[in-house]
Amino acid sequence: MTKELHRPLPRSWWLRKATYFQFMIRELTSLAVLAYTGLMIWALLSSSSDAADFPEFFDFLTGPLSVWLHMIVLALALFHTGTWIALTPKVLVLWRDDERVEPDVIAGANATLFLVISGAVWWLVMG
Amino acid sequence: MSSGRDRTAPLFWLLFAGGGTASAMLLPVMVAITGIAVPAGWIGEDDLAALLRNPITRIVLVGLVFLFLFHWAHRFRYALVDLGLGWLGKQAWLFYGLAIAGTIVAGLTALRL
Amino acid sequence: MPDQVLEVFRYLPDSEAESRFDKYEVTYRDNWVVLDALNHIKEHLDPTLSFRWSCRMGVCGSCGMMVNGEPALTCETFVRDYDTETIKIEPLTHFPVVRDLVINMDDFMEKLPTVSPWLIRDQDDDPGEGEYRQTPAQVAHYKRFSMCINCMLCYSACPVYGLDATFIGPAALALAERYNLDSRDEGHADRADVVTAHEGIWECTYVGACTEVCPKDVDPAGAIQMLKLSYALDWAKGFVMPKGAES
Repeated sequence: MTKELHRPLPRSWWLRKATYFQFMIRELTSLAVLAYTGLMIWALLSSSSDAADFPEFFDFLTGPLSVWLHMIVLALALFHTGTWIALTPKVLVLWRDDERVEPDVIAGANATLFLVISGAVWWLVMG
Repeated sequence: MSSGRDRTAPLFWLLFAGGGTASAMLLPVMVAITGIAVPAGWIGEDDLAALLRNPITRIVLVGLVFLFLFHWAHRFRYALVDLGLGWLGKQAWLFYGLAIAGTIVAGLTALRL
Repeated sequence: MPDQVLEVFRYLPDSEAESRFDKYEVTYRDNWVVLDALNHIKEHLDPTLSFRWSCRMGVCGSCGMMVNGEPALTCETFVRDYDTETIKIEPLTHFPVVRDLVINMDDFMEKLPTVSPWLIRDQDDDPGEGEYRQTPAQVAHYKRFSMCINCMLCYSACPVYGLDATFIGPAALALAERYNLDSRDEGHADRADVVTAHEGIWECTYVGACTEVCPKDVDPAGAIQMLKLSYALDWAKGFVMPKGAES
């Protein structure tokens, strides 16, 4: 048996095609989720009854570093939301007799849900 | 050949999916609140403190910390594999362990009203 | 009639240790596909070139190759659609190369039967009782996943398979779902050992490239996500109702 040629996949595979690159960015949005969760934990810590540093937490939020970081996290969060909504029709396959419910309908319903939930949370918090 | 059913994969996938859905739906508006509303002065320091000290808020936040961290742990672990860093990504205990640790910290803190 | 240069991957292990690219200039008719150009090369320019093909109409799955870096069926890929100076033809990625454009597909062939791609019944019914009947709706549930022609373009597109050849892969998993969704089948639980192994559905990170390159619109990525949800819910049910869930 003559020697077969093996062509290993280079580590840079995800830089070579737009789909692959978008996939990797989508996966790395999980870091934005991690970062914001850190902020959530800080919020809980600084607002607990024996904490004296809530003013420090609030001051950080009003500063330019926080605003910049939030904008990056927001962009990544929205990319996560958009890709997640687009994928829901792939997991949630619904049928009306022998016709599949249009994937766009399912994605659209989820997008509407996102807007409704966002609006509800904003209204609840901001009063 | 087949290594047999992976008995823990379904759990972590469900947590990943739950966290992914929760973060997809809630993260943007939360970021908008702490990242736009607060610096813009649309919500004051006392109001934000009162909101965060509300027991319901605290319980909800702990739940979200749990889901968000398990979403991150699962997705990031597999991203490391795809980036050719499988040796690190395979250390499941490290990532899920961090998620559990973060949840515990959040949970204990939440109780201190 | 216009000319096009094809840059074709060559690997002749009997005489050369290294692979190389050979350039061929081909005068082509407007309706030629890449396969026509390759056959022209073999007939008139270089009879030593080796490649697989059969039906030349997109149903046999034999002629899959990389065309300008994308997995494609060369019998469905038109030369006129390329305006690059050369069209680069390479063997399907993620498979070992035997010679020139011919890859070793043993791994794929070995994986397909492991998902038990046949109707599994709890009890074999007496043929005298008649055929299994299906409504159009029941057929529709699995039809898309039955359209696979085993061309392996999806394996070439999948980076998970590229990084780890133990991954069962898109086509095999889509085939498993084809049977799981077939109303005549009762083998959902039987397929679990293979499908829910780590190298089954859980290794997939939903890149989605498999669905993008599939020439028959099978949507293997969709099949795999449906399998993840289906078996994850099975697992969850196993906790709530240990006796009620399938073993």
